[in-house]
Order: sequence, then structure tokens, then C-alpha cells
Amino acid sequence: MNIAVAVDDAVRHEARPSASELGPATKRVVVGYGFWIFLLSDIVMFSAFFAGYAVLAHATAGGPSGVQLFNQRSVAIETGCLLASSYTCGLMSMAIGSRRYAATYLAALVTFALGASFLALELREFAGMIAIGAGPQRSAFLSAFFTLVGCHGLHVTLGLIWLVVMMAQVAIKGFRETVERRLLCFSLFWHALDIVWVWLFTVVYLMGVLS
Amino acid sequence: MTDTQYDRAPGDASALPDVEEGTSSGMLVYTIGLVLAVVLTAMSFWVANTSLLWAGGISLGLTVLAIAQMGVHLVFFLHVTTGPDNTNNVMALAFGVLIVALVVVGSLLIMADLNDNMMPAADLMNLQMQR
Repeated sequence: MNIAVAVDDAVRHEARPSASELGPATKRVVVGYGFWIFLLSDIVMFSAFFAGYAVLAHATAGGPSGVQLFNQRSVAIETGCLLASSYTCGLMSMAIGSRRYAATYLAALVTFALGASFLALELREFAGMIAIGAGPQRSAFLSAFFTLVGCHGLHVTLGLIWLVVMMAQVAIKGFRETVERRLLCFSLFWHALDIVWVWLFTVVYLMGVLS
Repeated sequence: MTDTQYDRAPGDASALPDVEEGTSSGMLVYTIGLVLAVVLTAMSFWVANTSLLWAGGISLGLTVLAIAQMGVHLVFFLHVTTGPDNTNNVMALAFGVLIVALVVVGSLLIMADLNDNMMPAADLMNLQMQR
């Protein structure tokens, strides 16, 4: 009897039904996939801004160029902040997976603090540039720069607001399925922002100071 | 048998029984990703500032490092794999990468070509003067 059950189990594991025979996917898969498509379309939008920046990078109209404006030290710190916040966001996903409230709040707090310091550094950089007359209206290069980097900064701002809202939902509603799906989408969003930043610091800040 | 779904939400670690991961190994994956990303970022900053390398190849080197770091983020943070439960996510990603490459490379090619073919006004005047 036992052997028969074991064999039956083994057979069932061998021959899992194919995806098309399983019926509709779970809601978590559908929601995650839909958000994945949104993120890809968001990245396509970023690629248009990247293309615009790359085309206009040398159109400084006699104004300051990247070599004079960019401070690599602050960019390195910003990169470190965003990378570390992506890591703590991953730790938060794991805490959510095992439904530990304290660990979730702690990871979310660290993620928020790192994201906020990234944003503060970026705003300080923008303010410094505008103060010396290198605002977005100065040249095509600066217009493209503020559009591209500002759009990423706007995404980070929205992500921070989203994170606060999600923590309020965890506190009030607890780990119910809808909240967990939203948290999955948030972590996807946050990791995708970090991937955009990798290209941003490479193309804008590092290639901008070459030659 | 309802839990043997072949599809997996993007960002989720694999739920297939043969690759099931515990909490500690999940932590390990994120930490490996962080270390690799830090190393690649540090290399990017070093490559951009060093005078040891041939200046002409630095842009290409930076691009390669950025692609590598994007791969690290996708694999270790977003858990993109080649597994059968992830095919839909990878196909969507591949399509996104295709569109991004078309937009960026296409724009750069067209604008560089236009710049090459655009005759500066002064030169045009000179040519007419020479006749």
C-alpha cells in the first residue's frame, strides 16, 4: 500500500501537467507579470530620454559641460545609497515571505532612509547647479540632463511615498494577499529603479567626464 | 497538485520543489548580488578615472561593466532565471531590451549620420566662392 502511494507520488512528480493544462495562473503571477510589463514600458520611456541625452550631450551652447559640473564623489555616494537600499529591499521581501513584522518594518525603514538620502544628495546637486546658472534653460545638454536625471529622481520620490503607504497597509491590514501582491510590485519597482540608475551613472556621470 | 504552477511571478524566488530555497540561502543570494554589484560599480569608477587604460576603449569598457551589473541585478535581485517557470518573464524582458536597443542605437546612428552629412554653412559658402 505504502509502496503504491510512493510510486504514485513519483509518477505524479515526473509528469507534471504542462502550463496550458493547469488553467489560469494564480493572481500573484498575473499581477506580478502585469507590473513587469509596466516596468518594461517605463524603461522604454527612459530609453527615449537616454537617447535624447546621448544626442544632446555635447550641445552645451557655450555653457558649462559635464566635466565642470559633475562631482564624482557625490555620485559615488548616491550610487552606494541606492544599491544598499536595493539590498535592504530584497531583505524586506524575504521578511515578508516569512511574515516577520519587525524585520519587515526595520528593512523598510533602512530602505526608506537610504532612498531619502539618495534623493537629498541629488536635490543638493541640482540646487548647486541651478545656483551657478546651469539650470535646465541654459543649454540643450542641461535640458536633457535635468529631464533624464530628474525623471529618475521623480520615480524614486514616488517609490518612497509608495513604501510609506505600504508600511501603513501592513500595519493596519496585516499580511493579507492583496498587501503582499502590492509589496511584490513595490520591490520590483525599486530594483528596476536601481537598474536604471546603473545606466544613468555610467552614461551621464562617468562617460560625461571622459576627455 | 494546485501548487505545481509552471509560471512564477517576476521577482519571486523559484517555488519548484527541486530548486526550493530556505531563508538563509535567499539571504546568501542577495548578499552575493550586493558584493558583485559593489565590485562592478567600483570598477566602473576606477576605469573612468584611471590613466592606465587606452582612452579610446574606456566608453566601451564602461558599457560592458554596466551590462554586467544589469545582469547581476536581474539574476540576484529580481531572480530572473532560465527555468521553465520563468519563460514568460524572460520573453517580455527580451522584447523590452530589443525596443530599448532600437530606440537608443537607432537615435544615435541617425543623429551621427546627420551630423556627418550636414555641411556647415561656412564651408558651403566657401565652395560657392571657389567656383
